[in-house]
Amino acid sequence: MYKVVAKKSLNATVTMMEIEAPLVAKKAQPGQFIILRVNENGERIPLTIAGYDRKRGTVRIIFQVVGATTFKLNQKNVGESIADFVGPLGTPTHTEGLNKVCVVGGGVGCAIALPVAQKLHKMGCHVHGIIGFRSKDLLILEEEFRACCDRLTIMTDDGSYGRQGVVTLPLQEAIDAGEAYDRVIAIGPLVMMKFVVATTKPHGIPTTVSMNPIMIDGTGMCGGCRLTVDGKTKFACVDGPDFDGFAVDFDEAMERSTMYRDFERHAYSEACNLFTKEVE
Amino acid sequence: MAANMNLRKNPMPSQPPEIRAHNFQEVATGYTKDIAMDEAMRCLGCKHMPCVSGCPVNIHIPAFIEKVKEGDFEGAYQVISASSSLPAICGRVCPQENQCEKHCVRGIKGEPVGIGRLERFVADWHNTYVKTPPKRPASNGHKVAVIGAGPAGLACAGDLAKKGYAVTIFEALHRPGGVLTYGIPEFRLPKSIVELEVNTLRTLGVQIETNVVVGKTITVEELLEEMGFAAVFIGTGAGLPRFMGIPGESLKGVYSANEYLTRSNLMKAYEENSDTPIMRAKRVAVVGGGNVAMDAARTALRLGADKVYIVYRRSMEEIPARREEVEHAEEEGVELLLLTNPIEILGYENPADKRDMKNGLVTGIRCVKMELGEPDERGRRSPAEIPGTEFTIDVDAVIMAIGTSPNPLIKKTTKGLEVNTRGGIVVTEETGATSLPGVYAGGDAVTGAATVILAMGAGKTAAASIDAYLQKRQLS
Repeated sequence: MYKVVAKKSLNATVTMMEIEAPLVAKKAQPGQFIILRVNENGERIPLTIAGYDRKRGTVRIIFQVVGATTFKLNQKNVGESIADFVGPLGTPTHTEGLNKVCVVGGGVGCAIALPVAQKLHKMGCHVHGIIGFRSKDLLILEEEFRACCDRLTIMTDDGSYGRQGVVTLPLQEAIDAGEAYDRVIAIGPLVMMKFVVATTKPHGIPTTVSMNPIMIDGTGMCGGCRLTVDGKTKFACVDGPDFDGFAVDFDEAMERSTMYRDFERHAYSEACNLFTKEVE
Repeated sequence: MAANMNLRKNPMPSQPPEIRAHNFQEVATGYTKDIAMDEAMRCLGCKHMPCVSGCPVNIHIPAFIEKVKEGDFEGAYQVISASSSLPAICGRVCPQENQCEKHCVRGIKGEPVGIGRLERFVADWHNTYVKTPPKRPASNGHKVAVIGAGPAGLACAGDLAKKGYAVTIFEALHRPGGVLTYGIPEFRLPKSIVELEVNTLRTLGVQIETNVVVGKTITVEELLEEMGFAAVFIGTGAGLPRFMGIPGESLKGVYSANEYLTRSNLMKAYEENSDTPIMRAKRVAVVGGGNVAMDAARTALRLGADKVYIVYRRSMEEIPARREEVEHAEEEGVELLLLTNPIEILGYENPADKRDMKNGLVTGIRCVKMELGEPDERGRRSPAEIPGTEFTIDVDAVIMAIGTSPNPLIKKTTKGLEVNTRGGIVVTEETGATSLPGVYAGGDAVTGAATVILAMGAGKTAAASIDAYLQKRQLS
């Protein structure tokens, strides 16, 4: 069992948790992920690591309540435990030798973009952060990004905070203005990463994307997380989760991500109903 | 006592096919005491024991059958457990027809003695009636790490624990058992039996740490250098599933057999209260002809499919699955499409509406008929397409059961560990020793996809070598 040692709501649907998992905390690197199960009969879900404290032996996860499992996870309070927590899995984000990087985060993906930006900042790299949300209510981690970005652009779809528009808008402007990025690192919804790549590719700016497909074991056994990269089948759990954005087949990945949508919606409403009953 | 000279084995009592095809309970219900004693009487007790030479773990078969004849079932169990750590499992999943039973003298004229069925009976009898836990051996003070709680790791851990070693098994998944838990379905190997065998090991003092991925959470080097383990056994099993490389393999509804079976077996997706989804496909094509393909096909039936096909490119003669599994599948209604190979998986496409949720769902599989050519130097007849014989079957799920390649995790993170071109760990066959001192390996991680009993045999070989290695090291 793995104890929840801290919990904080970042906005209406996004929660931050710190989980006691010393072995995972000891090895974790930005860009890697963990797999957890909330309880017996629970599903195994992958979550990218949002931070870690090696001394305290804790790992930080930030998740959006989107389905039955994240709903159940969000019911856990400080002092309670979750059944399983395994990692760190996948390959760390490649940061060596970078001098000027644009880190693009979208929605809850910002939670994963943050440790990458922090690591780059610590290395002395010039970091331009572009983070986007649907609206001001959904904004997370602003202060943390301010602390590690040499320049930060905040975008909202509805203009309720920062600039109105999508993240590719300031990215395009920066490129047009002659910003010479060694690399762009994009973490967020598939469609956002697809358009970041469409923005950087014509200029040949190397672009890393973090893929978060359907996964079960996370150790290179089931093949459920496969995607097509450069025309070849790759497995996000062992070959990724970071990939060369120019080579990823995003349309296929988007289609595959909907495989269990009906089941998930049903399970989510069941979980919510069950909770409502308990509360009554 | 006169031998029972009946030419045929006592048939295995089983659930009728039309019933069992719709439930996950065990297909074969096992011999009764009377049937077991009758079957035991078919054994001639040959002095030269040809059957034993066919057993990868050298169970003293005539001796245990002799005990069954006498009705001393616990005595029989003791004979078996002197050589095998997991008799209730082996009695169920060993391919006896290619091992012990293949060499049985009774098989020359008629059917061999039902050795596997007797082994299962004896193990089940013990598990039902004998509750005294095995004695925990005195500790010898040495720590050994076993990576992977599958058949190789469990066998290795069991043998070492019996010799007094303090064994810790590190398992990546949340439940021990490896392929016994995630791969082989409940209806062929009930998970309660796996749990029982694992608990026996715990009683012997074996520690099992789940949720530890060696190569990620901890490394082999740390086990040896920092954590005080004197030796390590790597039994990490098979890895990444193979796909064919044909168009359409990323469509929604295409599974590797590993994923499909893991969802059903490990995650219990077939149960109402499981949070793990699995497609309840109505028409399913399983590609491949091994035991895993049969397991996937029969699981699909139990998950509610009306029609399940096995698509295999060679003929019945070459099919690698056990005959018994093929027969079971056919009885349950699985249709075999032999000398047939898939060339493309077809999917739903609505060009007018990109957001149509049905886009990308599997609608069919396009196949071509095959013929077998002349045997090659290894005697295998390679299949070739017959042009102009393409045809399509309508299905809504396709399961690829065409093998796996070894897991890359440990190889990537263990300096100096030698692997072959296919990614399998290189070992000395007689000892299981790898290129690193104190590090041993066995099972699918070495051989690529094989059987439970071969993995167990390799685990036992390595246990003996580890014992010899540590004793020698202590002396020097």
